[in-house]
Amino acid sequence: MADTKLISKIPEGPLAEKWSKRKAEIRIVSPNNKRKLEVIVVGTGLGGASAAASLGELGYNVKIFCISDSPRRAHSIAAQGGINAAKNYQNDNDSIYRLFYDTIKGGDYRSREANVYRLAEVSAAIIDQCVAQGVPFAREYGGYLANRSFGGVQVSRTFYARGQTGQQLLLGAYAALNKEIAAGTVKSYPRHEMLDLVIINGQAKGIIARNLVTGEIERFGAHAVVLATGGYGNAYFLSTNAMNSNGSAAMQAYRKGAFFANPCFAQIHPTCIPVHGEQQCKLTLMSESLRNDGRIWVPNNMEDVIKLRKHEIKPSQIPEERRDYYLERRYPAFGNLVPRDVASRAAKERCDAGYGVNETGLAVFLDFADAIKRLGHQRVEERYGNLFQMYEKITSSSPWEEPMMIYPAIHYTMGGLWVDYDLQTTIPGLYAIGEANFSDHGGNRLGASALMQGLADGYFILPYTIGDYLSHKFAEPKTDINAPEFAEAEKNVLDRIQKIFAVKGTETVDSIHKKLGHIMWEYVGMARNEAGLKKAIEEIGELRKEFWKTVRVPGTNEEFNQELEKALRLVDFFDIGELMARDALNRKESCGGHFREEMQTEEGETKRDDENFMYVGAWEYKGEGVEPELHKEPLKYENIKIATRNYKD
Amino acid sequence: MEYNVKVWRQKNAKAKGHFETYHVTDVEEDASFLEMLDILNDQLIRKGVEPIAFDHDCREGICGACSLYVDGRAHGPDDQVTTCQLFMRHFKPGATITVEPWRSAAFPVIKDLVVDRQAFDKILQAGGFVSVRTGAAQDANTILIPHDDAELSMDAAACVGCGACVATCKNGSAMLFVAARVSSLALLPQGKPEAARRARAMVAKMDELGFGNCTNTRACEMECPKHVTIDHIARLNREYLKARFSE
Repeated sequence: MADTKLISKIPEGPLAEKWSKRKAEIRIVSPNNKRKLEVIVVGTGLGGASAAASLGELGYNVKIFCISDSPRRAHSIAAQGGINAAKNYQNDNDSIYRLFYDTIKGGDYRSREANVYRLAEVSAAIIDQCVAQGVPFAREYGGYLANRSFGGVQVSRTFYARGQTGQQLLLGAYAALNKEIAAGTVKSYPRHEMLDLVIINGQAKGIIARNLVTGEIERFGAHAVVLATGGYGNAYFLSTNAMNSNGSAAMQAYRKGAFFANPCFAQIHPTCIPVHGEQQCKLTLMSESLRNDGRIWVPNNMEDVIKLRKHEIKPSQIPEERRDYYLERRYPAFGNLVPRDVASRAAKERCDAGYGVNETGLAVFLDFADAIKRLGHQRVEERYGNLFQMYEKITSSSPWEEPMMIYPAIHYTMGGLWVDYDLQTTIPGLYAIGEANFSDHGGNRLGASALMQGLADGYFILPYTIGDYLSHKFAEPKTDINAPEFAEAEKNVLDRIQKIFAVKGTETVDSIHKKLGHIMWEYVGMARNEAGLKKAIEEIGELRKEFWKTVRVPGTNEEFNQELEKALRLVDFFDIGELMARDALNRKESCGGHFREEMQTEEGETKRDDENFMYVGAWEYKGEGVEPELHKEPLKYENIKIATRNYKD
Repeated sequence: MEYNVKVWRQKNAKAKGHFETYHVTDVEEDASFLEMLDILNDQLIRKGVEPIAFDHDCREGICGACSLYVDGRAHGPDDQVTTCQLFMRHFKPGATITVEPWRSAAFPVIKDLVVDRQAFDKILQAGGFVSVRTGAAQDANTILIPHDDAELSMDAAACVGCGACVATCKNGSAMLFVAARVSSLALLPQGKPEAARRARAMVAKMDELGFGNCTNTRACEMECPKHVTIDHIARLNREYLKARFSE
């Protein structure tokens, strides 16, 4: 039975015609009326920047907010490997259907068919748009665009700009945004952090934001609000996310009535630089593109493992027959290019069995010796030069001479705010795009698909769908920021801030955040079980109490105060962590990145339970300290045959 | 390991700044420079001293947020790195390390080591884009770009907008930053239609915002974490001259 609170608004009709059909139904707003409408966009990553630029071009009045000093610093900038698109430029029989199929399968059959198909459908236009903006994608000698392969697929559909694809795409979107800022259609508010969502008559009408330079709490009204605020991976403290990435905007929306979908689906990326010590605050990703040419291995014998840990031999001295290329061994059809969740668990399996290659026993090798031999130094340099440099700077070891050491780390969150086909949340007038929503990646996201989704949502989907909502709003007056709802939201924000300062304890925000990270990684990490998840919920509750008794935030609200920023975000991470554990506890199946130890095959692969869990789990907030209510959106697969994921043959 | 950190403290944009020296202990050998500052801040907070404010985000050298002048060099004593990619293994244990914000009239200090770089955004808003509307583009492969041109354009596009070039230049010039954008687009057919307007507008905006002139000292190129070279300044000059002649 479909939940009456979750109306997905998926258009009727054949899959390939759904988006065209929806576009034809959508009411549009005439240019003279667009001028009367205001839209707030929060976040300036690929989703937010592209949405704001496109809405500005259409003639809406847009306000865009970011927490950093410039829109260009949003965390999309750090995406390395590439962006997928069904261009079939390689003539390898790629198609919209194949991209759609790979994405659904990669997501372990937990994403919505209609949304994913649309994503694949608009993917080609993204590349066209970015090239027109001057994004310097890699080229073949003939001047045509180059492609490479990514995990979980057997075609080459990934476009890239060295190992800096996210940077180049973001600079493209940021340039489009700058064009609109110059034209006056978009007003930019850097160093502003959204601290609450304002709802009037059940509709999203504005936000409360803190000016991070002056500490001033400001009110901003609009006819609609778009959240493009990214994921919540930093709940784990150590992740590949940027230090300031946070899930607070999504949590504010959740507390105001937006449902939060599939929070337990977090992606653990297999190729990150291993943790080096307790003082570390950030993990660095080594792009998945490296798995195109790099081979992953550990020794097949303990003798070499022990020598490696004592630095008695170099990895390059270990002969072929003493190596275990475990991905090639276990998954011959995909080899080193299995999806991320599969590669991560396989690394954990080898390390748990004792074959980890560094002092902590938590690392495997990613080796380029064969690639350098096959392709030559120059071509490897062109493909991965900056990644090799980054690796060497951090570890002081050169990948040209010895293999990289890597280990899985939290990287991305597939879960997010529940949205319908129009990308609208359960709150009318509130939209969520990019990583902030849940819609496209199911239980596991394929590499090079986050950039695709951010730009698909921002350039080609939201600017159309939001028009349908706004077409009913142009006769309404501007939102009055003196309305009591704004005053109340502002008061709540100020109360929260004062409550934090009032604790005057002894512990720093980071030291408490690290404890949360330990709980999350231990019990809500790569392998989860019922007892552990229950323990996580309990321990997070205790830690939250500890925070409110012991945290020390120096300074005042009325100034630039980074400790206060972190404390406000940590308060929300407690709630996110708890919600993730609760969702993981409910989902008694293994699927994508969510691995319940109770549910695995004899070979240690994920075991889904389609009969009981083929649904989107969307949580409704019921008040502080009250258990949230689970709503289920059943997933229907009409165009794809459900199967067990198989990357072996 | 232990270090002494001599750091610029400034309450806000209006306040007068000064140096303070702090002692930091228990720094792991593999710690990054910013992790050392995290550790110092943790120790300061516990002692009741206000932590040192500094900009940082991705901590992998790509967002361009970090902006520290360490021991007299933008991003510190290592080549082609942002501050977040600087590691403590470059410092002798027990050393006194001097940390300052970018010093430039165009980048006023907000607090301690944090500066306001909105001038960079304003320069790009003056013309650092291709005026293409969403949805207007033709198939990507109809624009052919020779491999080497794309690579050269990418060299310039690698700029992270950190401001090390300005901080390093004795004139406080933003030429390398402006050149990176102008040159990257000038090398591509997509950038051609607006090339003249772009070069004129961005240079005019740079001058208006209080950045100094370029006197070819090459200091910017030496400290650029992404190795953007002054060849791009030469291309900017050519674009600018062409634009002036075509007026």
